[in-house]
Amino acid sequence: MGQRDHWAHDIYDVFKAYAIAIVSHVPDAGHSRLIDLCASDAAMRVVPLSTEEEGVALAAGAYLGGQRAVLLMQSSGAGNCINMLSLIKACSFPFLTLVTMRGEFGEFNPWQVPMGQAVPATLAALGVIAQRVDAPGDARDTVDGAAGLAFGSSCAVAVLLSQRLVGAKRFGEG
Amino acid sequence: MTTAPDRDTALSRLALTRRLVALLRREEAVVAGIGNTNFDLAAAGDRPQNFYMLGSMGLAASIALGVALAQPARRVVALEGDGSLLMNLGCLATIATVAPPNLALIVWDNGAYQITGGQLAATAAGTDLVAVARGAGIARSAWAHDEATFDRLVAAALREPGPALIAARVDAAPGAARPERDPVLLKDRFMRGLGAR
Repeated sequence: MGQRDHWAHDIYDVFKAYAIAIVSHVPDAGHSRLIDLCASDAAMRVVPLSTEEEGVALAAGAYLGGQRAVLLMQSSGAGNCINMLSLIKACSFPFLTLVTMRGEFGEFNPWQVPMGQAVPATLAALGVIAQRVDAPGDARDTVDGAAGLAFGSSCAVAVLLSQRLVGAKRFGEG
Repeated sequence: MTTAPDRDTALSRLALTRRLVALLRREEAVVAGIGNTNFDLAAAGDRPQNFYMLGSMGLAASIALGVALAQPARRVVALEGDGSLLMNLGCLATIATVAPPNLALIVWDNGAYQITGGQLAATAAGTDLVAVARGAGIARSAWAHDEATFDRLVAAALREPGPALIAARVDAAPGAARPERDPVLLKDRFMRGLGAR
């Protein structure tokens, strides 16, 4: 798809509406279009991370400095973040992350399944509210509501972009 | 210097922390990692622009990176122990990639996990964190062999384009004070200190 109506554009529009200044990521193919959109925006700083925990800290630091950040990662990264989400909960930081899901719809790689299936429970254990997008037409509203909840009520919110939405990979695609 | 000092010439962490605080004249932000690092910062001079971590070991530099990106006109310092930095070495590559000109990392290397009983860290066996940082791409990484060199490196890091990393071999004297322990209060105070709230 190369159209303007791809759901990544809807999410990017929400980022603009919420004045997101910093977008950190450990990439996933499902996030690539959104990352490109943010990288081409001079008002956004895109930060490639070595590991997802850094993105949790970066979001906290950005907020301490008066800016809003979003962390983009895939489901395996949610597990990497888990202890560092203590920072968000203990200090009551707003936190918004968009998680492209693996290990669910049509997954070919068995190694992706354990963490992918554990994402909702893992995030819930640290008080992160998870909201799911399955249909492209729901991306805008769901991310808008998640950002409102995160930045309006100082909550930690994860939007799970389902593997059905992102598109199941086939073997050889990663 | 790029050569690590001998451990038998270790400097006082508290004395170096006091020297750092004395060089802060423009409401620079300081993010201090867990344990004795932030105990000594509290002793050296509590200030609204200090953020004290009580957990999330290893994330001081990553939090400081966020502050530095959010406030490019302000100098930001991360204070971290060697054990903490070893837990998050990838942040050095991230910082080198992002290359924030207003960020400085200061690493206290006592070769041990002091607060949990002095178990040896990899730095005691030979891991050279300045070499690691330089290898990660932070070219302005140096060891401070004495207090005068530390002062000079810190002054340069607060004035010249970074990122910079300064490491010192330090003692294992007990932390000299204890900071406030309410995380929400610490967050709020720091944000007000930075004019972000």
